[in-house]
Amino acid sequence: MTQAAAPPGASRRPKGKQRGKPVALAPSPYSLGAAFRRGDVYTKASAVVMGLGNIVRGQIVKGLVFLAAEIGFLWLFMVSGIHSLKGLGQLGPVTKGTQEWDAEGNYVMVSPTNSVEVLLYGIAWVLAIMLFIVLWTFAVRSAYKAQVLAGARGKAPSFQDDLKSLADQRLYGTLMTLPTLGLLLFTVLPLIFMISMAFTSFDNDHTPAFNWVGLKNFAVVLSSSGSGDIGVNAKLFLSVLIWTLVWAFFATFLNFFLGMFMAMIILRAGTRFKSFWRVCFSMSIAVPQFVSLLVVNQMLQQEGIVNKLLQNWGWIDESLPFFTNATWARVTVIVVNLWIGIPYTIMQVTGILQNIPAETNEAAKIDGANWWERYIYVTMPYIFFVMTPYLITTFTANVNNFNVIYLLSKGAPTPVGDSAGKTDLLITWLYKLTVDRGNYNVGAVIGIFTFIVLAVVSLITYRSSGSYRNEEGFR
Amino acid sequence: MSVAVTDKLEAPGAKEPSAGGMKTRRVLGDVVSHVFLAVMAVAWLVPVAWVLMESFNANTKPYTTTFFPTEYTIDNYVKLFTDTEVMNFGQMFMRTLFIAIVVCLISVFFVLSVSFCMSRLRFRFRKPFMNGALILGMFPGIMSVVAIYFILKAMGLTSSSSGTVAALIIVYAGGSGALFYVMKGFMDTIPFSLDEAAILDGCTRWQVFTRIILPITQPMIVYQAIVGFMVPWLDFVLAKAICRTQENYTVSLGLWQMLQKEYIGTWFARFAAGAVCVSVPIAILFVLMQRFYQSSMSGAVKG
Repeated sequence: MTQAAAPPGASRRPKGKQRGKPVALAPSPYSLGAAFRRGDVYTKASAVVMGLGNIVRGQIVKGLVFLAAEIGFLWLFMVSGIHSLKGLGQLGPVTKGTQEWDAEGNYVMVSPTNSVEVLLYGIAWVLAIMLFIVLWTFAVRSAYKAQVLAGARGKAPSFQDDLKSLADQRLYGTLMTLPTLGLLLFTVLPLIFMISMAFTSFDNDHTPAFNWVGLKNFAVVLSSSGSGDIGVNAKLFLSVLIWTLVWAFFATFLNFFLGMFMAMIILRAGTRFKSFWRVCFSMSIAVPQFVSLLVVNQMLQQEGIVNKLLQNWGWIDESLPFFTNATWARVTVIVVNLWIGIPYTIMQVTGILQNIPAETNEAAKIDGANWWERYIYVTMPYIFFVMTPYLITTFTANVNNFNVIYLLSKGAPTPVGDSAGKTDLLITWLYKLTVDRGNYNVGAVIGIFTFIVLAVVSLITYRSSGSYRNEEGFR
Repeated sequence: MSVAVTDKLEAPGAKEPSAGGMKTRRVLGDVVSHVFLAVMAVAWLVPVAWVLMESFNANTKPYTTTFFPTEYTIDNYVKLFTDTEVMNFGQMFMRTLFIAIVVCLISVFFVLSVSFCMSRLRFRFRKPFMNGALILGMFPGIMSVVAIYFILKAMGLTSSSSGTVAALIIVYAGGSGALFYVMKGFMDTIPFSLDEAAILDGCTRWQVFTRIILPITQPMIVYQAIVGFMVPWLDFVLAKAICRTQENYTVSLGLWQMLQKEYIGTWFARFAAGAVCVSVPIAILFVLMQRFYQSSMSGAVKG
């Protein structure tokens, strides 16, 4: 359970199509194709000298901004872009540091190429060029638009008009720019960077200089012999994958059903002090997750307080193997996760249970349905309908549930020679491989497989769920 | 667990109206469910209470023979903030608080902007952006942690202490634009006729955003602010990758450090005290959130 509790408003169903605006958008009349087909000489020249068309039609400031952007980009491209892109071809030309005499007879140190930097700058430049192409399209279309509007109205929109439209018709341009840039720089770029590492030889032995190796790392992870140095093979991968899915299944559905069960007990007519019980169960939310996990980890150690107390009371002779026996460890992480996750489930399910249309239940009651039948045929379908998207996101979050495993069991117990322990998920395995051991290439392969698993599971469940196929089902 | 099983069988039965012995069954159901809730409440409250008691424990070692401490003192809190030689927890606390507040402000603005555009405006870039955010969410976040560190290093933000603070702020805030789904879902429930009426009256889209949508969205803004604060406040993984030295640690890293082998012997009680200190802002935020739900949610959804 890595998510914070969704607020009550989140589970509200969309109110149907009649509310929404028409979705289809007419294609813009000022497209790139139209600009080249019907643009005059200035518009076409804007493809080379960005902003020229705008300046000619009197949009001086806008034109100069385009021109400055083009000159700035080209200058940077000359200074560092070409060099960075060339580096992408061969990431680490110098693999070993040596000493040699240079042309002037000085003794110089030649350090190995820092391939991480080469790769990073290269990818950043590819991204920058793509951004520039977007800007270029924008400039050409803007020049064509200025031409058309100047022809129709005698005058292209002034700089003030443009600024005004950025607060009105094109407000999205103003509001979306910064968040999109943030995402590009700190989500998309790192992701591409890591994905590309899957095709290199960047492991513990190949640092700082490494090179492209194609699909070799995928072959290592999927071959039965694997790599002894890294401790990766197909059998290990398969067992971690299966445990990840088993874990995500139990963590999601046990949380959901037990949480729902407890929410229903609190809600039932005979229960007193309802808000007191709710406060009891939400107290644990205030304790930060990593604190409770670290504390539980301490409590359940071989010499931890739980084992000590049980021994003092004479209930056990030897310490219980919470994190030393595979089965014990697996059950332990699932149970501890219940402790963390159920309060969130109670909070969310309570809201939904209270929202069930009363008349359906009444009708079922009049028709003679007993408690169990009403629960199975009325309550459950409703909850599933509302909760399916939530269950999918929870499942995804559990596949990627780094904290619970890493802080609680650290993947233990780990057999000698393996890089993954018996409770390691794909995600913690990835972390161990990369951050702890520096085998970035194999780690990246695991990351890509994790994505594939998640995408497949989400697609299948989402497409076959009622809330996707039939949005109006509960109306 | 055995309690849960027996109860599951009996509690529903108690509600079932049958002719004979209905009252006894109902009373039995009430008793069983209350006992069950009490047992569960103990299971949930004991660890919380234990951390609280441990934070006042005079004995600072982790492994003791009794469950609850035998002697109490306030020393742990005093030492936690005054004994700064080995670990400056006060500084970590203030630093994390600063980061969390700044990130909270930026991310609320980002999320509001993006969800307003996705919900109320129609433009070509909209669908690709929504699908892209969905796909990005499926990649394991841990995967990019290392890459983010390399990027920040290339930007020269990983060596100095102030640089690390800036780096953490940029990273937490930079990714927040993708977390718009909940807020967008809420904005979708606000009738479009409000926007249309305002535009007919001469409002610009910006005025629709600030004067109509934002006031209605207020309870959700509170929720978003809390989430935006909690993410940097509680984050462990990203902070661990970016703050490599102890002078740059955030609270979660500091607490984690206290439980490492070389510290745990003397620092365990102080760890508990630190955990309580970290929990207090969250508890306050939760109380605030509860109040906001009850007061303003009902008014916002009438439309």
